Amino acid sequence: MTVVMTKIGIAEVCAAKDPAVLVTLGLGSCVGVCLYDSKKKVIGMAHIMLPSSKEIKNNANKAKFADTAIDMLIEEMEAIGADRKSITAKIAGGAQMFSFKSSNELLRIGERNVEAVRRELGRHRVEIVAEDVGGNYGRTIEFYSQDGSLSIRTIGHGTKVI
Amino acid sequence: MELNYENLNSMQLDVLKELGNIGAGNAVTALSKMLNKKINMEVPQVRILELAEVSEIFGGAEAPVTGIYLRMEGDISGNIMFLLPIESSKVLLDMLMGGYRDGDEFDEMDLSALEEIGNILAGSYTSSLAAMTGMNIRVSVPALAIDMAGAVLSVPIIQFGHIGDSVMLIETHFSEGNKHVKGNLLLIPDVESFVNLLEKLGVA
Repeated sequence: MTVVMTKIGIAEVCAAKDPAVLVTLGLGSCVGVCLYDSKKKVIGMAHIMLPSSKEIKNNANKAKFADTAIDMLIEEMEAIGADRKSITAKIAGGAQMFSFKSSNELLRIGERNVEAVRRELGRHRVEIVAEDVGGNYGRTIEFYSQDGSLSIRTIGHGTKVI
Repeated sequence: MELNYENLNSMQLDVLKELGNIGAGNAVTALSKMLNKKINMEVPQVRILELAEVSEIFGGAEAPVTGIYLRMEGDISGNIMFLLPIESSKVLLDMLMGGYRDGDEFDEMDLSALEEIGNILAGSYTSSLAAMTGMNIRVSVPALAIDMAGAVLSVPIIQFGHIGDSVMLIETHFSEGNKHVKGNLLLIPDVESFVNLLEKLGVA
């Protein structure tokens, strides 16, 4: 059976029923949040770029922020049959692509995104079962509805499945 | 003035293009002198893209690129990013250092040479901007990343994400005749500075 791969761009969320593969290419300081309901085989992915919608005036695009994108993703998954009580999470990304001598807040954005994602998942009581975050390199991630596995490719930092 | 990239008029776009033209023209001249080679530059483009589109502009989000990133501070603040495909980075290093390199790896010397190229390009870009606008502009030490285009570009994209759902790029392609070094110089003014910049140029 052929499974369609759906690409999730920056500041987008997507939920899908089995069989499905959700993909994000070249994740840098953003965080890929991958949610899985293993009973209903519903998966979802959010490509989050900023920690909080509350720090920003122009916050109409809910898929951009950790605090609103995760709400939105869980709702979309529920709409196609997922049960929020059985959802678990895997997260990847949040790299610091450039290192500067000065500690500019803007450049720590990867770390802040990861912190915010952890906090929001905690608020929804969604357990993080695996993660590959931080570092100074980009990641391409593929999330499979079949078994909830998350494959991670990098340039020069290997490939793994979590 | 409320900033909205979608509402820039054609005069403002022309002025921004001209900024790119002068800045990148000087930068490319500096590069040409450094390499002692002729370098062709295309007319700069001002592009306004959706956030999700940006990582696609450089041969796809997974394409390996060298990104050299500098902060501008002073009367105008923002980011300068100099991007080249990985193959072009190697050719550029060969031209600069006389073809001693072997293999695919970049060593410390290569990395610092690339940073220095970024430094020179950004320095000449901003000094011509400063001269034209009478503004005081300082440039940070360059930072370098060699990685997937999407990941490298996520840094400036996120900064734009603070203000809206689109990114404005002043983009200049250049190439060296024989060996096909291709590059892209992006000037990404911070929002607050953007208005300031248009005012200084008399088109706010």
